[in-house]
Amino acid sequence: MRNIMLIAGQDIKGSLRSRWFIGYSLIFISLVVLIFVSGVTESRVMGFTGLTRMLLVFIQACNIIMPVFVLITTVRSITGDRESNVLEYMLSFPVSLFAYYFGKLIGRFIIIFLPLLFALILSLIIGVLKTNQVPVDLFILYIGLLAFNAFAFLGIGFFISSVIKNMEFALGISLFVWLFLIAFIDIALIGFMIKQLVPENVIYITALLNPVQVFRIGAISLFDPVLSVIGPASFFILDTAGRTGCIIYSLIYPFVIGLVFAFAGYYVFKKHDIL
Amino acid sequence: MIEVNNLCKSFKKQNILDGITLSIGDKDKIILLGQNGAGKTTLIRCILGEYFPDKGSVSVYGSIPYIKREDALHHISFVPQIPPPLNMTVNELLLYSSGLSGFCKEKVIEYCDMLDFDIKPHLTKTFYKFSGGMKQKLLIAIAFARNTDFYIFDEPTANLDTAGREKFYIMVEKLISDKSFIMISHRIDEVKNIVNRNIELDLGRIIRDEKV
Repeated sequence: MRNIMLIAGQDIKGSLRSRWFIGYSLIFISLVVLIFVSGVTESRVMGFTGLTRMLLVFIQACNIIMPVFVLITTVRSITGDRESNVLEYMLSFPVSLFAYYFGKLIGRFIIIFLPLLFALILSLIIGVLKTNQVPVDLFILYIGLLAFNAFAFLGIGFFISSVIKNMEFALGISLFVWLFLIAFIDIALIGFMIKQLVPENVIYITALLNPVQVFRIGAISLFDPVLSVIGPASFFILDTAGRTGCIIYSLIYPFVIGLVFAFAGYYVFKKHDIL
Repeated sequence: MIEVNNLCKSFKKQNILDGITLSIGDKDKIILLGQNGAGKTTLIRCILGEYFPDKGSVSVYGSIPYIKREDALHHISFVPQIPPPLNMTVNELLLYSSGLSGFCKEKVIEYCDMLDFDIKPHLTKTFYKFSGGMKQKLLIAIAFARNTDFYIFDEPTANLDTAGREKFYIMVEKLISDKSFIMISHRIDEVKNIVNRNIELDLGRIIRDEKV
């Protein structure tokens, strides 16, 4: 455990100095500021307003931006270390592969989640100052959603890094995974699959397997969902499973995805040549 | 003791190591020779547990390095040919390496001094921003500070000037005279006085193994 913490701490310190981390943090913080400055919170379209709308817009943006950032930075970090012989040197010390791999994973998770948490807290503070609203339940749900989704994509990123040793190829695969998942969110999913006369159960299962889609359902499920906002597949799922069921699923599923991919990546990392 | 038995390793169907059998005893000081692509680095990576053999086995002081990494690597210090671009300060590198190996930070400062490199003003600087020679000296100092039974030097003087190389060889004689090492080097004349065994690889096979 001491070695895991040592490696996690090292990864955090290294990341805090990196340009990507500064850029990554700035994007989410700027997003919060931009949403306020643009007056989105005053808009009443779709029935959401004030801080609720602010958080909703922010979380929707995170739904698209966060996965690609997590995937690319993770893959760049691990396969980059391998290609530049950093891994060769770091693993010449007496450290277990378990400690190294999961130390990196924990460090990377903290560094990815911190700016999101900071941006959420910032939005809460600005929102409270401007609207006197404190939607605590929504705030806690969004922290959970962001944490578990970040973990899901971190697990996928670590898996890709373990399986693919060439950085360019690994980056390409990461982008493909992201585009694939984005393509299979509600609108595109329904549009394509209905046109192809795919059975509706397949459509719903596909929606429930896609972490990006599950994130959307979880994010909107606390409100009375409007069909045009949430999309027909999500509307059906939410209507069938109920609000509580959807929220529990949207929190547990990405966590399970992250764990499965992280351990699968570790298995590959342990059983094959490190370099 | 390090035992390499019938070690074979290939990449994309190309044999890099082809049946290497080698026994390294106490106080063996080996220069590992061979042309580029002879398999020197691959052999070292197998000893460090970073590659799995296709066939054969490696044992480092009774532990198999690709299975019981920690046990095996407690016995080995390693200096790479090209210092990696570590995104960490010197302090962080020392924390990482001493945290895993249990050596005293002051020893690294002392050994850097012996290499004419005053590390103290640079402790908060990032490693990858140093010159090649400074990086190499720091990695050498860390390797010596670990005080292990066996050392692997992969062209350790590649980035050092003449004075730095001389100091390194003096340190090898002084600090690890009772230990074993493998040194990959193309500067045979410079190392002939500090080694007692020559091993030459060609196309993944040992073509010469002689005591000197």
